[in-house]
Amino acid sequence: MSEPIAAAAGSAPVVHDDHHYTSTGQSSRKILFWTFIGSECMLFGSLIATYLIYRGRDKVGPHPHEILNIPLTSVSAFVLLMSSLTMVLALAGIQRGDIGKTRLWLAATAILGMMFVGFQIYEFNHFVHEGLTLSTNLFGSTFFVLTGFHGAHVTVGVLWLWTLFFLTFTGRIKAGNDLDVEICGLYWHFVDVVWIAIFTLIYLLQ
Amino acid sequence: MATTVAAAPTHATHAHTGLWSWITTVDHKRIAILYFFTALGFFFVGGFEALLIRLQLSHAGATVVSAQMYNSLFTMHATTMIFLALMPMSVAFFNYIIPLQIGARDVAFPRLNAFSYWVFLFGGIFMNISFLMNVAPDGGWYGYATLTGKAYSPTHSIDFWAVGLQILGVASLAGAFNFITTIINLRAPGLGFMRLPVFTWMTLVTSFLIILAFPVITVALVELMFDRLSPVPTNFFNVAKGGDPLLWQHLFWVFGHPEVYILILPAMGVISEILPTFSGKPLFGYAFIVYSGIFIGFMGWGVWSHHMFTVGLGPLGDTFFALATMLIAIPTGVKIFNWIGTMWGGSIRLVTPMWFAIGFISMFIIGGLSGIMHSSPPADTQQNDTYFVVAHIHYVLFGGTMLGLIAGIYYWFPKVTGRYMNETLGQWHFWLTMISMNLTFFPMHFSGLLGMPRRVYTYQKGMGFELYNQMSTAGALLLAVSLLIFLHNLIRSIRKGEVAPTNAWNGATLEWATATSPPPEFNFQKLPTVKTLDPLWHQEGPKGHKIDVGGTDGHGIHMPNPSYWPMFAAFGMTVMMAGLIFGLTLGVPGGLLFVYSTYRWALEPAS
Repeated sequence: MSEPIAAAAGSAPVVHDDHHYTSTGQSSRKILFWTFIGSECMLFGSLIATYLIYRGRDKVGPHPHEILNIPLTSVSAFVLLMSSLTMVLALAGIQRGDIGKTRLWLAATAILGMMFVGFQIYEFNHFVHEGLTLSTNLFGSTFFVLTGFHGAHVTVGVLWLWTLFFLTFTGRIKAGNDLDVEICGLYWHFVDVVWIAIFTLIYLLQ
Repeated sequence: MATTVAAAPTHATHAHTGLWSWITTVDHKRIAILYFFTALGFFFVGGFEALLIRLQLSHAGATVVSAQMYNSLFTMHATTMIFLALMPMSVAFFNYIIPLQIGARDVAFPRLNAFSYWVFLFGGIFMNISFLMNVAPDGGWYGYATLTGKAYSPTHSIDFWAVGLQILGVASLAGAFNFITTIINLRAPGLGFMRLPVFTWMTLVTSFLIILAFPVITVALVELMFDRLSPVPTNFFNVAKGGDPLLWQHLFWVFGHPEVYILILPAMGVISEILPTFSGKPLFGYAFIVYSGIFIGFMGWGVWSHHMFTVGLGPLGDTFFALATMLIAIPTGVKIFNWIGTMWGGSIRLVTPMWFAIGFISMFIIGGLSGIMHSSPPADTQQNDTYFVVAHIHYVLFGGTMLGLIAGIYYWFPKVTGRYMNETLGQWHFWLTMISMNLTFFPMHFSGLLGMPRRVYTYQKGMGFELYNQMSTAGALLLAVSLLIFLHNLIRSIRKGEVAPTNAWNGATLEWATATSPPPEFNFQKLPTVKTLDPLWHQEGPKGHKIDVGGTDGHGIHMPNPSYWPMFAAFGMTVMMAGLIFGLTLGVPGGLLFVYSTYRWALEPAS
């Protein structure tokens, strides 16, 4: 999935991957990634469906309204939404060939993502102290697994962002590698959109 | 890196022999061969399990195997046949045929393709290791809650099943992403969607079903694994804490019904290639067949609860799912009539692949008709969990999918090997298969209607089950004989079969246009330009368009480099997943190997 290295053997004319014939004119990597996102929608859809089916069935608490902290989570949701903005700026940076800007905004996005994960760790800890674990009731099982899956997705995204960040120093990510940043961005925005759904369905519409 | 050479006809080659060349291969044709033989091996494992089941049921009160082993046998027979034999056998065809049929040099992501294969292999081995540890999965292939809970399944049997299916799901998903992208993006110039061969179309529909259905069972299995394996267990299917066993059934069948079409659509695609070739005329109603396939794909999402009529969904739910199920008979019927219409008035050549294609149609009709019987909730309530359903599923999965895939093996064997399979042995195989499969599965309709339950260890004398079960057992043994004839024919023909021309059957689609059989590593020296449906049949005459794959495109042929990182990544992932059962001593090294290999894979030059 990486770009071909231009220095091929002999004097043969080298065809750059981007100029490979494709039926749609689109990069195959981008099409693959969209199909992946479609698949991920079903994954989160099933997790959210499980949460909604089990909502309100618990006889024992803590119940959602007793424990969910909307102001705090609004802040973390805002942090994650802002990371989508910085992601767009990172892409704009590499599209303009400005590696410095790309680095800056990739790092900013990763740090905002880490802040979001930090909020989540704090929230999970807090809930456990309040007596809500995976075992306590259906709310505990469905809440931790759903939001935990989302948090794991954010963590993977953070690792991806830092990887791109470090690859800008090795020369692997340079001007012209827009697609590498764009696909990471697609993932990041998707994870963001999933959070909007989770935040709305779990926190706001109790 | 020395893989780019401009001047035709020379081209870069990679090592072509030895174990290492197979481990590192990213060539879709070689991966297809790996898929094929692995799936065939698992098919014989699953068949052996079926024979043990049939021996146990051959007479009342038998004790051929223990009751516990019997539970494992029917669970692993179904799981093996569906996930380790039929699906990967279809994928073997996707791999070999799709890039050729669309005039491409390989799939869009050759290394991801290799990764899919290795994950499938390791996942299949992982699940079968459970037999050696005496904890083979024993909860039925649809693993209903609460039987799969810790209370009723305290050993690791269900863990092997759940983790094994998760691993196999990764293989299926990675493959499906790859084939969707390949078909959308790597079609030869001029090969529009309504010029695609039907097999390619059905592969596309199947791949979409896979990417949308597998995440649902992933979530169901994640919930089951959290219930069973988490140090702080969850309550998803824990009734004491309010968990609902029906949630499992819904999630399983939201996956499970599309899975039925994932299994049958590729076989429908195969015979849609075979029937026109041996009838000497184009597929009757091409567009109807394509749209019917797409429609079946859509409708597959609206019928899952017909597997759950007996749980008491209420009249409204039952009615909706009954009507939706009956509706699927329409596009299926359209296909069957179109296949018959294709043969009608054609100059039919009755050779083995054509026989199997006709066998597919006739057997699938029987399975389809009993399927329509199940769509009626009152009838289904009578038939649910009896051998009648076992008869139905075997008519559609063996009489349908397997016969279709066998037809495909005989049909494309000359493309893969350059030789025909033996026709006489093929005829023996076909007729023995038809006799034995009907002897095996038809009596199950009767034992089922008499009330014989499925998945029960044995039965008592005097229930009226003996004769039908003896017929089924005799049929199963005969079926084994027919499959041994097939295996003999297959292996013999690889070396000794009659040499075939590149267009072995006068087929119409691009896979028959390669310069040689087997095709060169790069498939086509020059990518063909397509102007019609069935391009190889439209090369003559004033409006004809010659398909030219010789000469050069004017630039070099890029072939991907071999790589062993997909194999290591697959191995690391399997070990990491095994760590879910056996703890961090496996999980951590497996995870590190997986991450390391994935990075090496992402950072190595692809071509």
